[in-house]
Amino acid sequence: MRDRELTERRLDEAAEITALLRDLLIVRRAEERLSAMFADGEVPGFIHLSIGQEAVSVGVMRALRVEDTLASTHRGHGHAIAKGMPLEGFFSELLAKNEGLCRGRGGSMHVADMSVGMLGANGIVGAGLSIALGSALAHKTLGRNAVAVAFFGDGALAEGLVHECMNLAALWKLPLLFVCENNGWGEFRPTSQQLAFALGDLASAYRIPHRIVDGNDVVAVAEAAEAVVRSIRKGEGPAVLECMTVRVRGHFEGDAQKYRDQAELDAMTERDPIRVVCERLAACGVNDTDLDGLTREVDAVIEAAVAAARRGTDPDPVAARHDVYTDGAAA
Amino acid sequence: MTEIRYLKAVNTALSDAMDADPSVVLMGEDVGEAGGPFGASRGLLERFGPSRVLDGPISEAALAGAAVGAAMSGLRPVVEIMFMDFTTLVMDAMVNQAAKVRFMFGGQTSVPMVLRTPHGGGLGAGPQHSQCLEAWFAHVPGLKVVCPSDPASAYGLLRAAIADPDPVVFVENKALYAMKGEIADPPAPFAIGRAAIRRSGTDVTIVAYGAAVHTAGTAADRLAERGVSAEVVDLLSLQPWDEATVLASLSRTHRLVIVHEAVEAFGVGAEIAARMAQVGFDELDGPIMRVGAPFMPVPFSKGLEAAYMPSVDAVLQAVDKTLE
Repeated sequence: MRDRELTERRLDEAAEITALLRDLLIVRRAEERLSAMFADGEVPGFIHLSIGQEAVSVGVMRALRVEDTLASTHRGHGHAIAKGMPLEGFFSELLAKNEGLCRGRGGSMHVADMSVGMLGANGIVGAGLSIALGSALAHKTLGRNAVAVAFFGDGALAEGLVHECMNLAALWKLPLLFVCENNGWGEFRPTSQQLAFALGDLASAYRIPHRIVDGNDVVAVAEAAEAVVRSIRKGEGPAVLECMTVRVRGHFEGDAQKYRDQAELDAMTERDPIRVVCERLAACGVNDTDLDGLTREVDAVIEAAVAAARRGTDPDPVAARHDVYTDGAAA
Repeated sequence: MTEIRYLKAVNTALSDAMDADPSVVLMGEDVGEAGGPFGASRGLLERFGPSRVLDGPISEAALAGAAVGAAMSGLRPVVEIMFMDFTTLVMDAMVNQAAKVRFMFGGQTSVPMVLRTPHGGGLGAGPQHSQCLEAWFAHVPGLKVVCPSDPASAYGLLRAAIADPDPVVFVENKALYAMKGEIADPPAPFAIGRAAIRRSGTDVTIVAYGAAVHTAGTAADRLAERGVSAEVVDLLSLQPWDEATVLASLSRTHRLVIVHEAVEAFGVGAEIAARMAQVGFDELDGPIMRVGAPFMPVPFSKGLEAAYMPSVDAVLQAVDKTLE
């Protein structure tokens, strides 16, 4: 009897982890597809990929509900997709089509979907924290049992706004989760050369609980996020979740990363979130994960979205001018 | 009609807006217990409680940024920035976030927030507590900018700004806070984007906003003594501004003088002058004149500041020049 219970629990756990793996693959394969399309010149502008950091997006989102909100960064594709932004609207936006969720006006750095509480990627480092802060204030003031999440990188930590937002969140005891994706880099230099402090020390200065987790282990991220979100939802005020992760690609797509050690780049494969989650499955006794099959399944979904996006139309400049203000007055 | 002070009109507009809509909240430094540094939110904490009147720390950037996020999530925040000079600290929130959210997210949402802030010199407050920086905001697509000149317009425009779906910078003038004026009972709303003709005339149009409307009015009195009939147009809204009313007035008087307390160079007056030179060229019988502050910081000394502020005499000289 006890054995059977254990087996069932293990199977449930394996099914959950497989669902996380699938979510990771969606983000990974969508960004790899973008990378190829960018190299082909099909995606205009600048893009910043989160390849290697997907476990943070997917793991944190596991703890969130649709009414929870988040504000993101310039590296925000994973946050958008994991929160539920439809892939077709996502790719249409990246291809600058009128059918994009932002009607081709925002692009990669401004992907957003209000219907799922994704309040936007952001081109300004650190700015998303204040957006999430305000969203948390609205949740609290309007009596919603919702949580706001601010995603940011360690590269944002020297911005004054980060400090102001931590102070205010703690002072007003807001339902706000600060998620730092610590990939060790701020643009082209290690953050060890940019910061005179550690995030944990900063959080403790503002009396905000701080938890550090392996950001490449989606199960660990999900468990940690579930625990902190539960306490935030209970009204215990903000928390900081620091996810140690790895930026595989350059600061932006096309960055040759001449400033990085080959050894560091090689070591990244070891900690690849997809590899880590497969090890998790093996630990549950699932040794026959069909990664290739799952990848093919995910790729089919992505291809359908890309194909639909390619059929999109160019945005109309006149309509754009009428959308600067809500009343539609021409700018 | 009842007579109230400008500051009380702001206070009443805040109070009435909060009564009418539970999603309206106030945020700012000392807006709660202290009732606002100038007293604009006096009594509101007691009436509406700490969840709607939020005393913030000295942290302008986070307060303004939070207002953007809150406005995207169902609130209508009114943020007070104690002096317009301090709006340098909220520029990212206003320019890169509030102004662009609606457009860059494809119309998915708008940002119904108001940034209230007092500008203006004449109080010996020095270079960092006196500036008129409204032209910066008027230059940013997505923002609206209004600047009332009396209690009735302060009330009406603030109600309109709070009800507006887009971000509005509401510029008050410190020197006008004590000014008394008539206000309708119940007070009338004002439409953003509409100017008011404060005085009708036939020989010259003087366009002004904020406290400069009163400088223009005094100049018009003096001109009347000399037999010159000046029309005074109070812009009230700077972005959008009422081009049609200004053009119609110019078409009657054929002479145009624009007055503001802000630095003359690259200011609101420059935009109006350029537009009127383009769309009103055939109506003009004299050069368009601008009267604004010289291109220097606002000085502290009483004598220096008096020399700095656009005066009635400066307006008269400009009128004489265009009538030549």
